[in-house]
Amino acid sequence: MRACLAVGVLALVTVPLAAQDPAPPIDRGVRVGITYTPGTRPRLVVIPGPGLDSVRAIVQRDLDYSDRFEVLLLPPGDATGGAATVNYALYRTLGAEYGIELRLEGGRMSVRLHDIGAGTVRQQQPFVIPEQSAPDFRMSVHQVSDEAVRWITGTPGVATTRLLVLLGKRAYRVDSDGADVTAVTPASESVLSPTWSPDGQSIAYTRFLDGTGPIIVQRLATGERRTVTGTESQLNFTPAFSPDGRTLAFARTDQQGGTDLYAVNVADQCCLRRLTVGRFADNLSPTYAPDGRRIAFVSTRPGSPQIYVMSSDGTDQELLAPYDYGATGPSNGPEWSPDGAAVAFHREIDRAPQVFLLDVGSRRYKQLTSSGRNSDPTWAPDGRHLAFVSDRSGRRQVWIIDTETGRIRQLPLSGEVRLPHWSRRFGGAAP
Amino acid sequence: MKSRSLLVLALVAAAACGGKKPVEAPAPAPAPTAIDSTAIKAQMRQDSINAAEARARAAADAAARAAAQRQSQLAAEIAAVIHFDYDKSDIKPEDQATLDRKAAILMANPGLQLLIAGNADNRGSVEYNLSLGNRRAAAAQRYLANKGVAAGQMSIVSYGEERPVNPADNEAAWAENRNDQFTPTAGGSNLMAPK
Repeated sequence: MRACLAVGVLALVTVPLAAQDPAPPIDRGVRVGITYTPGTRPRLVVIPGPGLDSVRAIVQRDLDYSDRFEVLLLPPGDATGGAATVNYALYRTLGAEYGIELRLEGGRMSVRLHDIGAGTVRQQQPFVIPEQSAPDFRMSVHQVSDEAVRWITGTPGVATTRLLVLLGKRAYRVDSDGADVTAVTPASESVLSPTWSPDGQSIAYTRFLDGTGPIIVQRLATGERRTVTGTESQLNFTPAFSPDGRTLAFARTDQQGGTDLYAVNVADQCCLRRLTVGRFADNLSPTYAPDGRRIAFVSTRPGSPQIYVMSSDGTDQELLAPYDYGATGPSNGPEWSPDGAAVAFHREIDRAPQVFLLDVGSRRYKQLTSSGRNSDPTWAPDGRHLAFVSDRSGRRQVWIIDTETGRIRQLPLSGEVRLPHWSRRFGGAAP
Repeated sequence: MKSRSLLVLALVAAAACGGKKPVEAPAPAPAPTAIDSTAIKAQMRQDSINAAEARARAAADAAARAAAQRQSQLAAEIAAVIHFDYDKSDIKPEDQATLDRKAAILMANPGLQLLIAGNADNRGSVEYNLSLGNRRAAAAQRYLANKGVAAGQMSIVSYGEERPVNPADNEAAWAENRNDQFTPTAGGSNLMAPK
């Protein structure tokens, strides 16, 4: 308890610094409750109910990883929870604005959002949380976290998500908090470019054989696999699903040394069509805009790989990310943000790749990383968190950055990691 | 074959059934001390035959060794690796002689099929390196075709950065790993040397 009070005091000390930011004048006449202001990190406390320590630990971490709150940490099993009424005065002393109360009620877990300042319950909802040993336990708890974020900010959190990564030659999935690392492709196979279908039920990847590489679509629940029509010969790679999940765009090498983009209807296994015709250039790494009407991709037509854009039928191809001819380093790994406003990619600065964000509307970009080699950014569904590969810790690992606050954390995995891809939210039970 | 062995078996059986044991041969008479010029001549003749045969065998062995050496030389020339600069797929001047030699061997051996595999170091981008490897393989293929090699004798693949020769992470290893590798897929034995 003393430790938490100390945290509260420290936090209070930092307040004047934050207050230096220019802010619109606020009418402080009558306080009827607080509103969430983007760009600030209000203090939040997760109020524990008896028997819910492990749930609370997960929720607390999820809310911290959302980067939208300053989560005040109380020691587990402390005396503040479990009481019939919430001790608003105490949490007010700690500077908390929001309280998430977890309480077991009749086999369900009741979750309440308290406005600590006003001393009222803003939201409440019962959740069914399975036994801790059940395979969907953690995802069920993550759903509570995502809902709590939505209650406060209007946008759900991203705790109910997973990432696909390559560890060696094999694809694995891992929860966004680093839990439950599970191989999804056979140990005997080399695969590349693992990618989620929009519904999270399937994945697509290149099965890397001797000189050829078909694209495989695999259902995660059943393990059923099929080769995408038109990818039986040559090397086919960088698959990307259209937002409706019906079309798969991918790159394909030819015997003349070129690489071009194709699209195929994966729903009906038909209608392969070519999107680019680069006689003297490579075209690869497609990524759909969320409306499905445009595709950003990499093209070497200016001599070095740079980021281009076209309509999803292959027309109207043009440069997307500005570059200086002969001066700008190779640019690769584009991924369109879920809100459509930005494209993340990596560009080499002094031969070390760094993660960049391009604003699609203004075509202005900014560099997000500079420490070590940073590549292959992939968006969380909230459009503000990016995962990417960085060797800043000495070996290639996945790091997650909040593009709003710049907060960064590692997703620790054993071994060297490549080519992460972030899923959309798993609404119901994850596969 | 079968009938002959049966016949031999029958003869052996007949001898065994002869009943009486054969009389032992008398001890041989002591060799004559007189010089048998006919025998000496025969011996000399045999010696010369043996020597000639030995010379022929040595010559044949030498020829076989030379042929094997030529074969392994040709195989090594076909397999000789070429290298590339960072993010480049241009054939370097110092590799042109290597490729010229491959072209000559390919043209002297129309049955020879060659797989050209392009490789990249592990910098750059994982996926872009697949395209880059393909372009590197195609650069050698195009060079050889321009020298007169039939298009049907060559195919290309890219391994990107997936199959490094040297797994270390330093300049020397990266330079080694930016390469084209050449593997005969058919007609790789008994190569004819180019004229």
